[in-house]
Amino acid sequence: MTEMTLLQAVNDALHTEMGRDDRVLVFGEDVGFNGGVFRATEGLQKEFGEDRCFDTPLSECGIIGTAIGMALYGLRPVPEIQFMDFIYPAFDQIVSEAAKMRYRSGGEYTCPMVIRTPCGGGIRGGHYHSQSAEAYFCHTPGLKVVYPSPPADTKGLLISSIRDEDPVMFLEPKRIYRSLKGEVPEGEYTVPLGKGRIVREGGDCTLVAWGAMVETCEKAAIELSAKGKEVEIIDPRTLVPLDEALILASVRKTGRLVIVSEAPRTGGFAGEIAAIVAEKAIGSLEGPVVRVTGFDVPFPYTLEGLYMPDARRVVRGVEDSFNW
Amino acid sequence: MTERPIQILDDKGKALRGRLPKLSKEAFLDFYREMQRIRIFDHRMLALQRQGRIGFYGPVKGQEGVVVGCAKAAREQDWILPALREGAIAIMRGLPLDLAIAQLIGNDLDLCKGRQMPCHYTWRKGKYVSMSSVIGTQISHATGVAMAAKYRRTDEAVLGFMGDGATSSNDFHAGLNFAAVYKAPVVFVCQNNQWSISVPFEKQTASKSVAAKAKAYGMPGVLVDGNDPLAVYEVVSAALDRARGGEGPTLVEALTFRLLGHSSSDDPTRYRDEDLVREWEAKEPIARYRAFLESKKLWSEEQEAELLDEFAGEINNAIRRAEAAAPVDPKTMIEDVFETPDPRLLEEFAKARSSLS
Repeated sequence: MTEMTLLQAVNDALHTEMGRDDRVLVFGEDVGFNGGVFRATEGLQKEFGEDRCFDTPLSECGIIGTAIGMALYGLRPVPEIQFMDFIYPAFDQIVSEAAKMRYRSGGEYTCPMVIRTPCGGGIRGGHYHSQSAEAYFCHTPGLKVVYPSPPADTKGLLISSIRDEDPVMFLEPKRIYRSLKGEVPEGEYTVPLGKGRIVREGGDCTLVAWGAMVETCEKAAIELSAKGKEVEIIDPRTLVPLDEALILASVRKTGRLVIVSEAPRTGGFAGEIAAIVAEKAIGSLEGPVVRVTGFDVPFPYTLEGLYMPDARRVVRGVEDSFNW
Repeated sequence: MTERPIQILDDKGKALRGRLPKLSKEAFLDFYREMQRIRIFDHRMLALQRQGRIGFYGPVKGQEGVVVGCAKAAREQDWILPALREGAIAIMRGLPLDLAIAQLIGNDLDLCKGRQMPCHYTWRKGKYVSMSSVIGTQISHATGVAMAAKYRRTDEAVLGFMGDGATSSNDFHAGLNFAAVYKAPVVFVCQNNQWSISVPFEKQTASKSVAAKAKAYGMPGVLVDGNDPLAVYEVVSAALDRARGGEGPTLVEALTFRLLGHSSSDDPTRYRDEDLVREWEAKEPIARYRAFLESKKLWSEEQEAELLDEFAGEINNAIRRAEAAAPVDPKTMIEDVFETPDPRLLEEFAKARSSLS
């Protein structure tokens, strides 16, 4: 075990997989010589050479389009999109091509690749360095969507994603890139896709959150505990595939559900979790399902503190699930 | 780049002095046979579409010279990233005719399991990659496959196809730019048939040609007469050799003309002058190549009749076999989304099916 930041965990996972599998190539804007704008790929070019870790021209559709070609060939590309807000030029390649390759070719061709991208708000990044756009990708069959939270999970999930036979969106919560530290196992540590974790046990209300919102929920839990309410926090880790059973079991135990997500509310993945619980566990609910989310506005620059769900809003959300 | 398209045969099929590639008599004949086979297949498949036996078809008529010239230039180890009108390359690389027709029908024999519209073939054994209907996306895939081959230091090269409309796409720019930056072993072939459904080439770009665009990317651009299969063969072979030699990509513009509609759903008389069609009919590749063979005393009426008979029989047998296949099994709808199905999908699908039975 070594204490690492989330960023170091990403770097360690890439390092581990590049070391054991020469099919793994890492590339993107500023990813090679400079080691990435967040330094997630630091040292990889030096260790593995320019043909395995390299800079690309500034074109997201080119980065993902060529990565698809490499995956078709039999390599394991791990392209980086510098900020998730810049992923849209590659959206067509991701949803029309990577996601459908296995299906449309009857399994003749596959597209094993991991698209890493920093996402989420809280770094004063304005409209174009802050969004949490997971819902677009969860809505496309054929893509797996991983949204890790603590450093150990980040490493284990990234290694599993690289070994997966299908395209994976790997969304890195950049607000906690450096602020969150944790013990990370050394070497080939994996966390399976589709298995969530119970972050904190409690019997009064279930909180479901992913990415940076898990930490926010942990803060709220302390406050709520002082007020006499013990919440259970579930981190699904991966939105596709989703560990539905873990969420349902918790809601059946607590009778209440609050979903916390920093994405805008309408059409967000929080709504999907609410719908699953409404369909399968409505008889266990003792109060309304509550969503604590971002607002339906373009991500604001100066008012991001107001936009982002914080512990106070989570506490209010839990109270709303009791008082109705 | 050249201002006029490179030719080996002139518009009437006369071989230009000293320009014929060194090929055997059989090889010259084979160019003709393959072009004729495409045309007969096209004709029969359009008829099946009109009879309601297949849902859609994208005809090749008039563009057979590009398809056969390129297929002949590629080596077995090379990859094909096709657009809509290169399906015959899969057949020339071994895709059995009945499987090709099953793809058009979309039944149990279809390698795509009935999941794609007609003409979206896949043929892994022939390194012919499944395509989408999105225009241009395959261009950067071609670059990526070539980058991978270069990384593995193999002698594979890639043929990446597109129509003239695709030269306006994001992926044309990205794919060509990346290929040139990384000196990827890829040859881009633009079948400029001058029409993107109803939009003529001059409304697609203000550039004088597609080939001219290569210059800014730092790669050679070659304009070739697409209705001259020998010229296409020669130009694409040279470009593939160049790619294999580590010298990077080439953009080949094969100038041709789509004699029929964009697809079976399109009526080209709505947007283009019939005189223009007749003008290009006079330069179409098959009659022109036949004139060349006849001038060399390599072809006769008897051979022609025999060939047409042979292909008609071959295609009819393949249609029979393809149509005899069972419909797609409903259970396949949820296969191949991922390597291992998502349990949530399995549960939902099982519930839906049990409520129907």
